[in-house]
Amino acid sequence: MNISTLLDMAAEAFGERTAVVCGDVRLDYATLRQRAWALAAHVRASGAQALSLLDVSSPAFPVAVFAAAYAGVPFVPLNYRLTKAELDTLLARVTPAVLVVGPPYEALAAGHAGLQVLPRAAALALPAPGAGPEVVEDPRAVAVQLFTSGTTGRPKAAILRHENLVSYILGTVEFASAEEDDAILVAVPPYHIAGISAVLSSTYACRRMVQLENFDAAAWLAAVRREHVSNAFLVPTMLARIVDAQGDAPADVPTLKAIAYGGGKMPLPTIRKAMALFPDVGFTNAYGLTETSSTVAVLGPDDHRAALASADPAVRRRLGSVGKAAAVELQIRDDIGRVLGPEQAGFIFVRGPQVAGEYKEKGSQLDAEGWFPTKDRGFLDSEGYLFLDGRADDVIVRGGENISPGEIEDVLRSHAAVADAACVALADEQWGEAVAAFVVLKPGAVARVEELQAHVKGRLRSSRVPQRIEFRDTLPYNELGKLLRRVLRQELSTAG
Amino acid sequence: MARTALKAGGRFKSATSEAQVMVIKAPAGEFDLSCGGAPMVAMSATETAAPDAADTGEALIGKRYVNADESLELLCTKGGRGTLKVNCAALAIKQAKQLPSSD
Repeated sequence: MNISTLLDMAAEAFGERTAVVCGDVRLDYATLRQRAWALAAHVRASGAQALSLLDVSSPAFPVAVFAAAYAGVPFVPLNYRLTKAELDTLLARVTPAVLVVGPPYEALAAGHAGLQVLPRAAALALPAPGAGPEVVEDPRAVAVQLFTSGTTGRPKAAILRHENLVSYILGTVEFASAEEDDAILVAVPPYHIAGISAVLSSTYACRRMVQLENFDAAAWLAAVRREHVSNAFLVPTMLARIVDAQGDAPADVPTLKAIAYGGGKMPLPTIRKAMALFPDVGFTNAYGLTETSSTVAVLGPDDHRAALASADPAVRRRLGSVGKAAAVELQIRDDIGRVLGPEQAGFIFVRGPQVAGEYKEKGSQLDAEGWFPTKDRGFLDSEGYLFLDGRADDVIVRGGENISPGEIEDVLRSHAAVADAACVALADEQWGEAVAAFVVLKPGAVARVEELQAHVKGRLRSSRVPQRIEFRDTLPYNELGKLLRRVLRQELSTAG
Repeated sequence: MARTALKAGGRFKSATSEAQVMVIKAPAGEFDLSCGGAPMVAMSATETAAPDAADTGEALIGKRYVNADESLELLCTKGGRGTLKVNCAALAIKQAKQLPSSD
């Protein structure tokens, strides 16, 4: 099993179909394979042990994903938003490597021994060999190495082997299932697992990929119309911006059939409004992690519509769930490893061939039976729909009681004056930990600390009432909309 | 090639046509894997065989092929003439289960 087989099949069966569109550049599947062969030959001749990429989405991204596979080295995309110092640390962990670099980032890549820098244009213009390199068949070889976002410290190098990624694709996508006119708009960057899985899924489905270098709502809507896009993947923050930009008028996007979203918590008002503005689009919530080769649970279009239309509260609340387990097994366990039943919140474990659960330095995190601890908390309903309840690391333990920050944040956000809210643990002599809240007020709105505390007290148990509330102009999010609780905790500890 | 062990990820090609397969899953033990009436061979092999003229079947790219109890599953990675068989029994196309597109 090697992910290059996915491209081989697409190029053999639909070589003349467009694979990737970026601005004015178009490559068909046969050409994509030619370019990947050429870059693979370059990597092999260089003696590099990895093929790295420091760039926004461009045709060089799918070319490099498959070139690494043909060459038999890991593909290691890097976050181009990092500082030079942060990047230097990561690059030192990747060498000896060939680094494909986009024009704005060439200066960032300078000055590393063991790094052969290849500008994007040169990587796409290498002389094409007549035939592909002989691929070494090793299902255990590493296909992709992704540095986790490091929201809790030094970035970890998550490892995805060929057998994990091929299993994921074969378990979730039918070969050549895309219609000839279908196109997917990919707005997530190459260093995100959803970017990688979009390349692999689209290739195996023989679907055209339309790339957006940098996301903004207007450019996204324009690309959907210009390229007659049928499918799209977004993180919740992106969908929220599109919904805001759209106002109250239904979106005029007749070709768009499906929007999948994931990578963070979707606020209920946003998905409700999106479904109203895009009445003909089927929405899918995809829950997954880097370590699980992307999606492990999906809430499909029919689930969304049923939840919105139902009078049954148990069905209605599924709009806030991430759906049912896809091509994996899923369990909820308590603190000492006992498997829990429906409606009981605990730690989420997953098992299956797509689950890598492995870091380069720390090794495999799977238990003896092959289960991976996601470190996400959640519970299942009686029909197997999964509801997330935050990260295990974010739980506030007050006097032995586990408190999920998410439920307090939801209540704070329901206050008329509150635009956004985040809760973290505050060190407390009496309780061990207490709840601290950071609140962003809506423009022009006013609310006193006591008023917000009373608002929470009226809706949740008294242990949930924030002991301390601080007002901020903004909360710290990373570029993909993930809240950086670590930053807030640090602010509290330095403030004393 | 006579009976051979099949393990996940293993790849074979037809000696009678362009067809190629990859093993998705297989039970332990050895099997006779054939296409077009002749044993399938390793990807690096150069031997060819004359196709069985009576075999009008075809292996279709992207289709999954299973035995009767679905304990053995192959993915056709390149299409070609010839019926895929294991231990002389023709394999059937497995029905696709389509998940909503999530990426």
